[in-house]
Amino acid sequence: MSMLPSSRNLVLMVAVLGLAGCASSSTWGWYVINPATDTGWTNIRFLINGMGATILISVIAALMSMSFGLIVALPGLSSRWYIRAINRVYVEFIRAIPLLPMLFWVFYGLPIIFKSMGLDIPIDPFWGAIITLAVSDSAFTAEIYRAGIQSIARGQTEAAQTVGLNYLQTMRYVILPQAIRRILPPLANQFIYIVKMSAFASVIGMQELTRRANELVVTEYRPLEIYSLLILEYLVLVLVISAAVRWLERRMGSDERN
Amino acid sequence: MNLSAFPDKAQVDIWPIGQCGGVMAEIAIEMIDVNKWFGDFHVLKDINLKVSLGERVVICGPSGSGKSTVVRCINRLERHQKGVIKVNGSEVTDQPEDLGGDVGMVFQQFNLFPHLSVLENLVLGPMKSRGLSRIEAEDRAAEYLERVKIPEQADKRPGQLSGGQQQRVAIARSLCMEPKVMLFDEPTSALDPEMISEVLDVMVELAEEGMTMVVVTHEMGFARKIADQMVFMDEGEIVETGAPAAFFEAPKSKRCRKFLSQILSH
Repeated sequence: MSMLPSSRNLVLMVAVLGLAGCASSSTWGWYVINPATDTGWTNIRFLINGMGATILISVIAALMSMSFGLIVALPGLSSRWYIRAINRVYVEFIRAIPLLPMLFWVFYGLPIIFKSMGLDIPIDPFWGAIITLAVSDSAFTAEIYRAGIQSIARGQTEAAQTVGLNYLQTMRYVILPQAIRRILPPLANQFIYIVKMSAFASVIGMQELTRRANELVVTEYRPLEIYSLLILEYLVLVLVISAAVRWLERRMGSDERN
Repeated sequence: MNLSAFPDKAQVDIWPIGQCGGVMAEIAIEMIDVNKWFGDFHVLKDINLKVSLGERVVICGPSGSGKSTVVRCINRLERHQKGVIKVNGSEVTDQPEDLGGDVGMVFQQFNLFPHLSVLENLVLGPMKSRGLSRIEAEDRAAEYLERVKIPEQADKRPGQLSGGQQQRVAIARSLCMEPKVMLFDEPTSALDPEMISEVLDVMVELAEEGMTMVVVTHEMGFARKIADQMVFMDEGEIVETGAPAAFFEAPKSKRCRKFLSQILSH
């Protein structure tokens, strides 16, 4: 990474302060991630290099979940019960499956189904994790969309229809632009949730933050320090997302005056 | 048009030419034995109504009498369960957009799009549904904003306008679709009293230009001025119809007399 020199200094400062506080205690063994030593610095880089995979998995899964959630939400708004039922069955079913079993099912089970259908679609840890996170989360985003869209007054849809807009145009130009401001905060929550749940990808061998921490713990026997740093890594990620979302909300709020 | 009533001279003058010549005028809206239920509640009972092209019909009646529902059935915001509704000669479907903006609608609560400027409110339908270019749509929008006398508000958001201005924007938004019929569902009921007349003035002008209009309203002075046909509804039925002169001076039914005395007494 090109930003290494400066970030190394930053980490160094934090680490020195931390070490100073704990140096006397034998409980801590910060040497394992001490950036001042070569081994420590190598270990830190090994851990932080998982960040790319965690971010990539989370972002792709979140984007898929957001688009898939919308597709699932729309039938839930129908006035016909059998169309609404599509939404209800999907949401209730997917929402009930714990993430880890679903991950196992997708990674180990789905290829068998594909094979029996004569399809040769391998599922690697990367896509296995993304598909699971996206599908699992889409049940929640679908509910967020549905609530957000239903919070827009019925009169808006009616007015759009009387000026000749069809269903998709009504959604695209009238309902969603108004609903998005109400949908964004809970959607950001879901994104943070995905980032955290992406840790499960470590179980199927994806080399992301948690997996790397586990591997280092196995060789260094220093779980306390390594998992502390791991938690710190997630904290930084989530804080960055929070700040970005707050900025986005402010920007959107400023052009709405009614 | 109820020909059995005796229209006065002023009304004959504003009738469409076809009708004056003794030929049946073209029918804009026709409702034949229309029935509708909300669950067990029978909101519309055997509604029969004909509106000729160029005719102004005013529907009045106590609240809950089904007058809004009649209007909402015409432009498919509500579905009826029995009977036939024809608009411009063809039977309506369940899809409101099939009317393609041919039936304009003005709502009690304006229902402007709050996230769009006044101009964007006006050009959305013509561009997306009628396929006009932005320039054509904006020209047309400017023309109708002029007609409703608020050209200077084009770049404001609806939330920055007064109720009367918002309702005039809503009228302009409907007119931008160049509809064959305009429906008004209590257009002045949500307005402060001092703003009612600016909206009614626009509607009177529209009527004088020959627009086919169906208006649900409690503004009886306005009704007397523009209506060709008065319709009184109560408990889901059309109780009485007639030309305004006869309707207001000598209502036939007891229910209609009672209603008129209640709203005209002060």
